[in-house]
Amino acid sequence: MKHSIAAALLAAVVGVAPAHAEITVGFVTSQSGPASSIGVLYDKGMKAAQEYATAVGEEKIKFIQLDDTSDPSTATRNARKLIEENKVDLVIGTATAASSNAMVAVANELKVPLLAISPITVAPSDTGERWAICIPQPPSLMVKVVINRAKRDGVKKMAYIGFIDAWGDLVYNGAKKPAEDDGIQITTNERYARTDTSVTGQVLKMLATKPDAVLLGGAATQGALPPLTLAERGYKGPLYGTPALLNTDFIRIGGKAVEGVQVSAGPVIVAEQLPDTHFSKKISMTFRDDYQKANGAPPTDGFSAYSFDSWLIFLDAAKRAMAKAKPGTPEFRTALRDAVFTTKDVVGTHAIYNFKPGESYGVDERSLVLVRLVNGQWKYEP
Amino acid sequence: MDAEIATILAMDGIASGAIYLLIGLGLVLIFAVTRVIFVPFGDIAAFTGLSLAALENGHRPGTVGLVAVLAVLATLKETALLVRTRELHRLPHTLLFYLVLPLAPAAAIWFTTGSVLPMPLRIVLALALVLPIAPLLDCLVFRPIADASVLLLLTVAVALHFALDGLGLLFFGPEGVRTQPLTETVLDIGGFIVNAQTLLIVAASIVFSGLLYLFFEFTLLGKALRATAINRTGARLVGIRPTSTASKAYLLGSLLAGISGVLIAPATTMFYDSGFLIGLKAFVGAIFGAMASYPVTALGAILVGLLESFASFWSSAYKEVVVFGLLIPILLWRSLSLGEVEEEEAEE
Repeated sequence: MKHSIAAALLAAVVGVAPAHAEITVGFVTSQSGPASSIGVLYDKGMKAAQEYATAVGEEKIKFIQLDDTSDPSTATRNARKLIEENKVDLVIGTATAASSNAMVAVANELKVPLLAISPITVAPSDTGERWAICIPQPPSLMVKVVINRAKRDGVKKMAYIGFIDAWGDLVYNGAKKPAEDDGIQITTNERYARTDTSVTGQVLKMLATKPDAVLLGGAATQGALPPLTLAERGYKGPLYGTPALLNTDFIRIGGKAVEGVQVSAGPVIVAEQLPDTHFSKKISMTFRDDYQKANGAPPTDGFSAYSFDSWLIFLDAAKRAMAKAKPGTPEFRTALRDAVFTTKDVVGTHAIYNFKPGESYGVDERSLVLVRLVNGQWKYEP
Repeated sequence: MDAEIATILAMDGIASGAIYLLIGLGLVLIFAVTRVIFVPFGDIAAFTGLSLAALENGHRPGTVGLVAVLAVLATLKETALLVRTRELHRLPHTLLFYLVLPLAPAAAIWFTTGSVLPMPLRIVLALALVLPIAPLLDCLVFRPIADASVLLLLTVAVALHFALDGLGLLFFGPEGVRTQPLTETVLDIGGFIVNAQTLLIVAASIVFSGLLYLFFEFTLLGKALRATAINRTGARLVGIRPTSTASKAYLLGSLLAGISGVLIAPATTMFYDSGFLIGLKAFVGAIFGAMASYPVTALGAILVGLLESFASFWSSAYKEVVVFGLLIPILLWRSLSLGEVEEEEAEE
C-alpha cells in the first residue's frame, strides 16, 4: 500500500513537471514579534517588488513567503523548509541581524544563494565557500560619509554619544578611522542604554570638551534622548547621525531639539528631491509607484527599498544564470550564486550594486546621501 | 569636574533618586506585609506612564483588557471560594471589590475612547486603571501560596515580571513614548537652571513619604499594616485579616508606583520594559534598609540616584556596574552587622 502511494505521488510529481521548471524564490521576514516594526516594512517592500516583476524573461517566478516571528531559530527552520521542501532556487531574508546570520548558516550548508537584507558580515561556510551577500550599506560606510561631511562643514572636534550595545560600538569604531584621516578629534565615547531615564552626566562630560559638533550613535525613539538633554544644557552646535535615526518616533519625541540634525541615508529616502541626473531617481520613483499600488500608501522608510533592491539583484542574476542551467537543479543554484557574485552596475534605489567573490557588501559611497531634518521633514543636502 | 557640573549632577541624581525612593518605599511596604519581593513593581510604574500616553493620544490603553481579564478571573476564583465555604451572603461584597471597582476606570476609559480628556482627569484615570493590577495579581497568584517560603514567592514574582513584560510589548508596542510635560516652567535658582518638573518629582516624593509616615503612625489601617509586617501570627490573633492587609499593601504600593510613573513619563522616554531597571535600582535602595526600614530605604534610594548620576559622568559605559556593584559591600555589611540570619525562623 505504502509503496503504491509513493509510486503514485512520484508519478504525479514527474507527470506535472513542466518542460521549463519555473524559478522558485523564498522570502523570510519578521511579520510578528519585537522586530516586526522593521519586518513589516521589508514585507511591504517585497510586495512592491512583486508589483514590479513576477517573471524573468519568459520564466514565471514562484514566490513563497514565511514569517520568522523575530526568532533566529524560526528563521533557521524557515530557511530549511524553503530549501528542502519547497526546493527554492534563492532565499531572501530577514529583519534582524541574528536571524539573518542564522539563515546564512543554512544557505552555506545546503548550497543555496541567499540575499541578506539586514546589515551583517556574511560568514563563509566551513569549506570557505560563500553563498550569501548583503544588500544594505555597511554601518562603517554609513558613519564614514557623515564624518566626511562634518569635515566639509569645518568641524574639528566632535563628541560622541551612543548606545551601550553593538550598534553604539559599530558607530564609534566606524567613526574613528575616517575621523583620523579627516583630522577630526573625537573627544568622548559616552554610552547610554535604551531604557535609561537620563543622560545628563554624559552630556555634561561631552560639553566639557567643548566640541564643535556631536555624533549620535543611538537609534529610533531613544536616539532623541541626547539631543533633548543637549538642548536643555544650551548646546546649539550641529548634530550628526546615522540612518538609524530616520524614524518618525525620533522626530516625534525629539521635536525642536532634533531640528537640523544631519544623517546619512540611502538616496531613496529623498527620491523626489534628487536631481534627474541622479542614478537612483528613476528606479526610486518606479519603486514608489509600485509600493503605492501594492500597499495603498507611499513608502516612508529605507528598509522596504532593501527588499526591492534584493529583487532587482535577483532578477539580474537569474537572467544570466538561466543561460547556463535549468531552474530547480543544483547546477542552476550554483550558476545563480556565481551570477550574484558577479553582479555589475545594477542600479537600485539605494545604490549601484557591484558584488565580487569573497566580499559581503557590494555598495560604495554613492549609496548614501546626506539629509537634514527641516521642520520635521528630511531634506536632501547635496 | 568643577562645582557647577557637580551641582547639576547632584540635582539630576536627586531627581532620579526621588523616583527610586517612591518605588523603594512601595517595595518595602509590600515585602514587609506579604514577604513577596514584588519584582514586577517597576512594570506597574511603566504601565501607568504608557497608559497615560495612550490616553493623551486618544488611544485605548492595552491595560484596559488586562484589568478586565484579571478582574473576571479574580471574581470567578473568589466566588468559587464563597460557594465552597457556603458564604454566599458575602457575594455582593466580592462582586463590588473584585469586579465593579477594578472595572469602573476601565469602563470609563472604554466609553471615552477617541475623545481626549483634560490632563488632570487623564492622570487620575491612568492611575485608577493601573491601581487594581497588583492587588488582583496578588489575589490570583500570591494568595494561594501566601505561606510559602520567601524564595518561592520571589521566584513566582520573577516569573510574573516576565509575563507582564511580554504583555507590555503586546499592549504598547516596541516604540517608546513621552507624555506631555506636567509643567514647562524653568526656574533660575542661584544661576542654575532647574526644571520645575524635577522639583515636582522631588516635592512629590517628600509629600508622599510624609503622608506614608502619618498613615502608619496615626490611622488604624496603617497600624494594622505595620502589625502584620512585624508579626503575621500575632496580628491574626488580634483580628487582622492578612489577606485584606495584603490587598491594601499592594494597593498602596501601586499608588506609589503609579505616581512615579506619571512623574517620570514626561521627563524621559518610557518603553514597555523601562520599568524593570527602575524597579531594580529601587531594590538596591531598599536593600540599604534591609527591606524593612523606610527612612534608610529613602536614603539608600537617593544614594543610588546620586551614584548613578556621577557614574554616568565619570564612566558612562560602566554606570550600571557601579550601581549594582554597590550591592556587594552593602550585603556584606548587612550580614556582618546583623550576625545571625533570622529571616525564615518564624515559619518553622
